[in-house]
Amino acid sequence: MRIPIALVLLVLFQIPAIAQQCQATLSGRVLDFHDQTPLAGATVLVLGQQKAALTDLDGRYRIEGLCEGDFEVELSHPQCLTLLYNLEIKGETRKDFEMEHHLEELEEVQVFGDILADQSKTGQEQRLSTRTLEDYSSASLGDALRTLSGVSSLNTGSNIVKPAIGGLTGSRVLILNDGVRMQDMEWGDEHAPNIDINSADQVSVVKGAAALKYAGDAIGGLVIIERERIAVKDSLYGKTLLNYVSNGRGGSASTELTRTFASGWYLNGQASYKKLGDREAPDYILSNTGMQEVGLSLHTGKRLLNQGWDLDYSFYRADIAVLRASHIGNIDDLIGSINSGEPSVVEPFTYDLGVPRQEVTHHLAKAGYYLRIKGLGKWTAQYDFQNNRRFEYDVRVGADRNKPAIDLELTTHTLMTDFTWDSSRDLKVMAGVLGRFQDNFANPDTGVRRLIPDYQKYDLGGFLTGEYRFGPDWLVEAGLRYDYNRIDAQKFYRTSRWEERGYDEDFADIVVEDLGTQLLTNPVLDFHNLSATAGARRQLDAHSELRANYAFAQRPPNPAELFSDGLHHSAARIELGDLRIGNETSHRVSLAYEREGDRWGLTLEPYLNHIQDFILLEPTGVEFTIRGAFPVWSYRQTDARLLGFDASGYYRWSAHWESQHRFSLVRGKELDQDVALINMPAPITRNTLIYRNPSWKGLEVGLESTYVFRQNEFPPNISVFSPSQQEEVVLEINTPPDAYHLLGLRAGMQFPLGKGLNLSSVLTVENLLNTRYREYLNRQRYFADDLGRNIILQLKLNY
Amino acid sequence: MKTRKFLAFLAFSGILLASCSDDDDPDPVNEEEVITTMTVTLTPQGGGTAITLQTRDLDGDGPNAPVVTVSGELSANTTYNGVIVLLNETETPAENITEEVEEEDDEHQFFFTVGGGLNASIAYANFDGNNNPLGTEFTLTANDASTGTLAITLRHDLKKPNDGSLADAGGETDIAQTFNVVILP
Repeated sequence: MRIPIALVLLVLFQIPAIAQQCQATLSGRVLDFHDQTPLAGATVLVLGQQKAALTDLDGRYRIEGLCEGDFEVELSHPQCLTLLYNLEIKGETRKDFEMEHHLEELEEVQVFGDILADQSKTGQEQRLSTRTLEDYSSASLGDALRTLSGVSSLNTGSNIVKPAIGGLTGSRVLILNDGVRMQDMEWGDEHAPNIDINSADQVSVVKGAAALKYAGDAIGGLVIIERERIAVKDSLYGKTLLNYVSNGRGGSASTELTRTFASGWYLNGQASYKKLGDREAPDYILSNTGMQEVGLSLHTGKRLLNQGWDLDYSFYRADIAVLRASHIGNIDDLIGSINSGEPSVVEPFTYDLGVPRQEVTHHLAKAGYYLRIKGLGKWTAQYDFQNNRRFEYDVRVGADRNKPAIDLELTTHTLMTDFTWDSSRDLKVMAGVLGRFQDNFANPDTGVRRLIPDYQKYDLGGFLTGEYRFGPDWLVEAGLRYDYNRIDAQKFYRTSRWEERGYDEDFADIVVEDLGTQLLTNPVLDFHNLSATAGARRQLDAHSELRANYAFAQRPPNPAELFSDGLHHSAARIELGDLRIGNETSHRVSLAYEREGDRWGLTLEPYLNHIQDFILLEPTGVEFTIRGAFPVWSYRQTDARLLGFDASGYYRWSAHWESQHRFSLVRGKELDQDVALINMPAPITRNTLIYRNPSWKGLEVGLESTYVFRQNEFPPNISVFSPSQQEEVVLEINTPPDAYHLLGLRAGMQFPLGKGLNLSSVLTVENLLNTRYREYLNRQRYFADDLGRNIILQLKLNY
Repeated sequence: MKTRKFLAFLAFSGILLASCSDDDDPDPVNEEEVITTMTVTLTPQGGGTAITLQTRDLDGDGPNAPVVTVSGELSANTTYNGVIVLLNETETPAENITEEVEEEDDEHQFFFTVGGGLNASIAYANFDGNNNPLGTEFTLTANDASTGTLAITLRHDLKKPNDGSLADAGGETDIAQTFNVVILP
């Protein structure tokens, strides 16, 4: 409901400023495209003459004193997307316009200001600005998301950042990349989303499973990445970003070019490259933490108001070295690492990526079509193909030295279609169906037993959602979704493991072949998942609104939770899934108060997430092998309750000074045993003081303080038998590190170079004071300190 | 037109789903670099019955713990020649890993830790090309009668030369096994 201030100023002040002897007039009506009702309050602006008018209650407008000729007319409305028309003005010109009075996810027209569609009208939702995305151009999507309150991350070092929403991560957080649900082995803790942050134009985070049109199993939430909307006009534009990163002695480059045509055609290409050497903690080099990343995307299509199609392809490749000191041999090494507080391997700086190392490649291709039927609604259909290949190289000897220890290939085809009935001003209904086929291939040539088996997965889903507006202030929405999943796996079990798990009694019928020490089995598992949501939104005044939402969601277990079985060499832990694991069911109730005023703004978001049969992975003991003892991490189901509160706000002290504040807290508890849940983010508060002076080349300086409390609620440690000490010792595997405080600095300036060229530069300093710290949700906290000071210099050229 | 397109999509998806399934059984993985068995044979230098210390873990990283056996007691004031043999018994015939270790002798080393009051000492009997200890052969001198432990550790990718302690050597552990040993008078 925000009216672009710039436009209002333009209308108010510029009309009287131009008084010429031109005599032509332009008049007509502005109507809603869907139901042909008049649109009041739309602005009709004749570009080049700076003359404008607002439509009255009947949608009528009239502009007088216009010069004759061919002009572009810009049509805007607070609840519509801005349109541009070419028009010949001659004498008494009459022209009626149609505008789309509802905002859609697939937009065909130019975007104005920050009028953006909400993914969930009544749930909790936050959005990342393009500027934040650009600031994190040399980092990762997870790093940028973490700036939002309520979003944290589970890290493996600083290059593998897995987003967590409301304390939940992994398969509970879905990532939608331009309408495509990412299928990139999100089940592993050390698997980051395979997305180049530079390919994202807009990112929103929906907390909880409140956006059923995408998926029903987002118990944590959704990260929705969208591309910028394409204007239907002749234009060529682009941007290039260059980053120098001091910590890692590298940088990144990203460039993007878009060509649009008045006929609706468009072509967009984007490429980026990043290279970093070993990162550095305040006191030492974090040996083997470099990385290299390549991203490429191509988009083309034709978008008109009534129909359009798109073809997209994107490629992502990341080679990420994993801290050498985090590769440990057995439990004595782990005890040694935890006790010594120093990494066991520190070598001189290098750009080389040694072992352990991940090499991940992701291809995504998509074809989409939409058809808008006047007075009825919009139909869309989409097919996408994804191929994800993951190699993990480990510390190995002899002939196997250069062989990957993990080699998985995940191929996914998805077909979906939906229809939106939006012809009514007050009621909008959407229904859709989806079919998906997925194949996972675990290459046996690794010479290491498969951690994840070969499997085929079939998904079928359908949803119905609706929203209804009554009066100017109220909106209610509701939705229902059903998904069916079938996993057909072929898995080898060690006979000893098969018996230890008791599968010989419960699953004797799925054994296909007995190979002596191994059994080939064929588990076929079916899951039925229901999800539903209901919510209401009330506009309190021009600046504030209140939202309430209840989301019921069910999530089927992922392949790791079901099948994981074996030694994770790089993590030195044995991970055990369980075939008996079933759905987990979440009931999430959330409230949101949002106020966005000129002087101050405030967002308060409390929530309760009650999860039945919550699937968790925790250390449960040790198993002995000839190489020593290894901690065992097992999956287990329990009832859990997460209670959280996110808050953010800003205050503009004067024309130049602003302060921004954020706070997040979540408490997770296991209900039967009354113990804390593992890996819950510690409370965090982030406060920023900003000085702006637009007249000094757009100068903006911000000082940011981030304080992370110590996580005082954690499950008990386990005690293990240490072979080298020949006694039971307490393994402090769950003890969180101390609280820490980091200061950051950001300074930016802009230099217009004329002819549409704009250069801006940003200097960012992270961990300004080079503070030594460890983060609870970094899986490498046992082995080394987190990153020390990092200086990033960014140059951005818009053209 | 809409319906027809939708039906075409459905038909296409059907073909897609049907054409992708394959029912070939996957190949089992036989782990190559696994050491399942370490046998230490201690032969008295003056002749007599050899004593063997063995650890055997046929299911590798599986749930079963290694089976540790010590064939008998050592005699006081006796020096034994020790020989270590490493096997991968998941393959038939069993693969001898000792040869691999001896070929890459500059990257491997055995460590012997006497503990728990055992009155014995160890000396390396074979060395790598740089004359640093390897330890697939060694001598064990049993002194006075006592009871205690002998821990044998094999490391690779370690620092060589090192001061003889595990902490200084670093590297990756291939074997870590502690044996309970008795020296009879």
